[in-house]
Amino acid sequence: MELHAQTLTDLQAGLERGDFSSVEITQALLDRIAKFDTDLNAFITVTSERALAAAKRADEVRSSGDNGVLCGLPIVHKDIFCTRDVTTTCGSRMLENFVSPYDATVVERFADAGAVVLGKTNMDEFAMGSSNETSFFGPVKNPWNLECSPGGSSGGSATAVAARLAPAATGTDTGGSIRQPAALTNTIGIKPTYGRVSRYGMIAFASSLDQAGVITRSAADAALLLGVMAGFDSRDSTSIDHPVPDYVAGLNGSLDGLRVGIVRQHFDEGLDAACADAVRESLGVLEAQGATLSEVDLPNLDYCVPTYYVVAPAECSSNLSRFDGVRFGHRAADPKDLLDLYCRSRGEGFGAEVKRRIMTGTYVLSAGYYDAYYLKAQKVRQLICQDFKRAFADVDVIAGPTTPTPAFKLGDKTDDPITMYLNDIYTIGANLAGLPAMSVPCGIIDGLPIGLHMVGPHWAEETLLCTAHQFARQTDWHMRSPEAYR
Amino acid sequence: MSAAKNNGTRGNGRWEVVIGLEVHTQLATQSKIFSGASTAYGAAPNTQACLVDLGYPGVLPVLNEQVVRMATKFGLAVNATVARRSIFARKNYFYPDLPKGYQISQYELPIVEHGELLIEDQSGNDKRIGITRAHLEEDAGKSIHEGLDRSSGIDLNRAGTPLLEIVSEPDLRSAKEAVAYMRKIHSIVRYLDISDGNMQEGSFRCDANVSVRLRGQEELGTRTELKNLNSFRFVEKAINFEIERQIEVLEDGGEVTQETRLYDSDKDETRSMRSKEEANDYRYFPDPDLLPIEIDEAFIDAVRNTLPELPDAKRQRFVSDYGVKAEDAGILTASRSLADYFEASSKFSDVKPQLVANWIIGDLSAALNKAGLDIRESRIAPEQLGGLLNRVVDNTISGKIAKEVFDAMWMGEGSADDIIESRGLKQITDTSAIEVVIDKVIEANPRQVADYKSGKDKLIGYFVGQVMKETMGKANPAVVNEILKQKLSE
Amino acid sequence: MSLDKDQVQHIAMLARLRLADEEFTETVDKLSRIVDFVDQLAALPTDDVMPMAHPLNQAQRLRADAVTEADDRDHIQQNAPSVADGLYLVPKVID
Repeated sequence: MELHAQTLTDLQAGLERGDFSSVEITQALLDRIAKFDTDLNAFITVTSERALAAAKRADEVRSSGDNGVLCGLPIVHKDIFCTRDVTTTCGSRMLENFVSPYDATVVERFADAGAVVLGKTNMDEFAMGSSNETSFFGPVKNPWNLECSPGGSSGGSATAVAARLAPAATGTDTGGSIRQPAALTNTIGIKPTYGRVSRYGMIAFASSLDQAGVITRSAADAALLLGVMAGFDSRDSTSIDHPVPDYVAGLNGSLDGLRVGIVRQHFDEGLDAACADAVRESLGVLEAQGATLSEVDLPNLDYCVPTYYVVAPAECSSNLSRFDGVRFGHRAADPKDLLDLYCRSRGEGFGAEVKRRIMTGTYVLSAGYYDAYYLKAQKVRQLICQDFKRAFADVDVIAGPTTPTPAFKLGDKTDDPITMYLNDIYTIGANLAGLPAMSVPCGIIDGLPIGLHMVGPHWAEETLLCTAHQFARQTDWHMRSPEAYR
Repeated sequence: MSAAKNNGTRGNGRWEVVIGLEVHTQLATQSKIFSGASTAYGAAPNTQACLVDLGYPGVLPVLNEQVVRMATKFGLAVNATVARRSIFARKNYFYPDLPKGYQISQYELPIVEHGELLIEDQSGNDKRIGITRAHLEEDAGKSIHEGLDRSSGIDLNRAGTPLLEIVSEPDLRSAKEAVAYMRKIHSIVRYLDISDGNMQEGSFRCDANVSVRLRGQEELGTRTELKNLNSFRFVEKAINFEIERQIEVLEDGGEVTQETRLYDSDKDETRSMRSKEEANDYRYFPDPDLLPIEIDEAFIDAVRNTLPELPDAKRQRFVSDYGVKAEDAGILTASRSLADYFEASSKFSDVKPQLVANWIIGDLSAALNKAGLDIRESRIAPEQLGGLLNRVVDNTISGKIAKEVFDAMWMGEGSADDIIESRGLKQITDTSAIEVVIDKVIEANPRQVADYKSGKDKLIGYFVGQVMKETMGKANPAVVNEILKQKLSE
Repeated sequence: MSLDKDQVQHIAMLARLRLADEEFTETVDKLSRIVDFVDQLAALPTDDVMPMAHPLNQAQRLRADAVTEADDRDHIQQNAPSVADGLYLVPKVID
């Protein structure tokens, strides 16, 4: 198999056998990026020289036998993770030239494990978007159909993995930003339990919802990478000191007796009929492996999106106040006074969607509206959480569609923010409740992939990864790739 | 303007003053409230502002344990409720000295609530002042305007320094009471060792909410907020100015505007800060980067065990155990180090503690003031002072010589005994030696002797002076007096 | 429109955002739609529900009071648009 078509796990084995070197892998992928990314626009920055140097070091270290678990294996980072000495733009004009003085914990952990970073991927500006169209650096194309969006906000990461420009990518997920693009590009995406992976160095969108994860082409790769990323970090007050299991070892569990919950409301109108069929078929695959299916109720499902569009903008309006043109980031030319400096630096530095979210958040927190919107949303969030808690009393995993439809055309949903927001209806609940969730390839409709979405109770990443792995052993959806990028 | 000059002449008796204070005290930690940067004062600009203090993208706050301990200590000291669960909130506004565009503070559920303390009112009686709450927050940076042409420079070294904001009930009824309350808080935080209380460096500052209402009226008048009063004197002057100003406005049939005003110490007046007023909608909400602070009984008990004796209790003990005058006990216990000095000096001497108090409040304080030193930097150690006073009461030296010995000790010449010895200051109590001098003086002053004998009793002072001069002050005055009277009446 | 121009202007000022004219008109429209959309929360009864600020039911962890950060000003200030003598510069602030 050609190098670019191999999974991380394959590459790891090949490196160990000495079939090829890290420099060879790295060069092969850099060549592909050079060839395809002009069309795809998955990368904001490609770090060729640094990558080759790191690969060379990895090869040397490997021959000495003292190497980390990801030694010489290529990955890409979403451009939301701060990287020392390489620009971190967050998809925004505001940070077009920003070079972080420090590495994010996630970046540090991958570096310590020996990974080789090929570059930083495109994303919706400040992770606010579900189509990758809000990026200052232009939209990312879906390799399955260049007229379509790959989803967002981790669209660059998903596209890079789907088009075999990299075997794996980091992402972040605030309302579905890993899982939705994974579903729309036929990749695997996992968003762990809130607090599982450190948020230190991950530029904040909505602090109580953001969580880092990965996009890969196999559950085994996701398990491998999650094992490296996860774990306590004293620099993040919301990081939890909870033991990290051996996710790779957990993959081979059996699905016999696994209780899978199906959400009645998921199959209401709004879900594309072909998607519904594909999801039902996938559930049958689980059942055939010994899982038991039962219905569960999430009565407040319809309130997830409106709750999210109060909580997330509220937090982002405050998180993004630090971008004021004083200490870093875009500063307007010749400000006439302080107010002018603020208003123009921010007005010019942020794109339309980011400004809308900041303003929505400012409004819902402002005097006279706090109780009606922000406080109300916090209460509804509690109800949504309770719904999940009740459901998980009876089942181990909740499964359903990741998105209501396959990938949509670029430009299709940019006029109406609400239609765009509703694309995340199935994924947002996991963020509101802080639950681990995953999307795995489960069908292709008219040439466009879709995903099976699974949510578990807190800390159930192992169950999700094992279920995904066992599911993939019985199906070949995850093996499919867009023709032009095989 | 005229109001301040016109101090108290226009029907003040009809008006009742209502004041509440917000005292901001920096907590004396090594590192900042949410970062590991140093809090030391006076470093070069922005050298103590780390990525967290600068609000860099991606960084996160982690709470300093010592800050929680210190706030708890304060809560216990003012008999308040220490919240078992309290939360941090973000106060959102844009200002260059506020890097994140929000200040991490506490809004609902502060760490300390419902406290109280006692101050002395005008008639010298104890008055209870309620403490509504005390909450934790981060300090802002500083804007520098001097020496920069059309710009202001921002130094964020102070950003993230822990602050405890202590909010009083509107229980204060005059500028004097406000100062007494502020002094009391100052004394408590220093006793607790939770703040250095340094007002020049801005570690201890206050805002005052001032209003007036007609006596007997229940409803509060419209208040103004006076910002950043950074000395006791300015608190008093600013409040007095503001009271007069408000009364004048009301007496002229006007209305007080609710606003923030800044005290200008050069002009001794307050003026409106309209720029700060513009739409201050702070949009407080719980900070999602920080979880609730939870405090258990074991923690509170451990902190309680570290509480020192507080000023009020110490003052009472100084009166009852040492027999020191109440007023002096108040002075001595205003600072813990002064009180400690008093107790140590008393321990090293066998004299009445009131005498020790007199020397500390008198000569020692004067010497310290003159040298600009704190009691902890005194050039005379407590055992030295105690040793000196021992020599006064056992008649080795007179009170007058004692002052000379005190000065010599201040200059570093050693213990009182060493100085008395090396300078030969020991008092002459030997009557035969004194008689020789007295005889000499009587012989040399026949006219004065005649006058004395003819009834000019006051001349006794003159003879004592002459004897003291001859003995260079070392003769025991009581013995001199006695022998003189005897010899002159012969 | 659930939001009028004045409200949007006020919010933009609170958020310190300057919007170009055509952007402003579009914002009034889209913000109104978002507000209408989230208004549906009002229909849900939540009288006895505890508001939830955070997905984790945990207490704040405390850090030992120790200085761990060294001065890195010159490196950090490479990102700053305008500095002089170590100070970040802004147009003159008048109180």
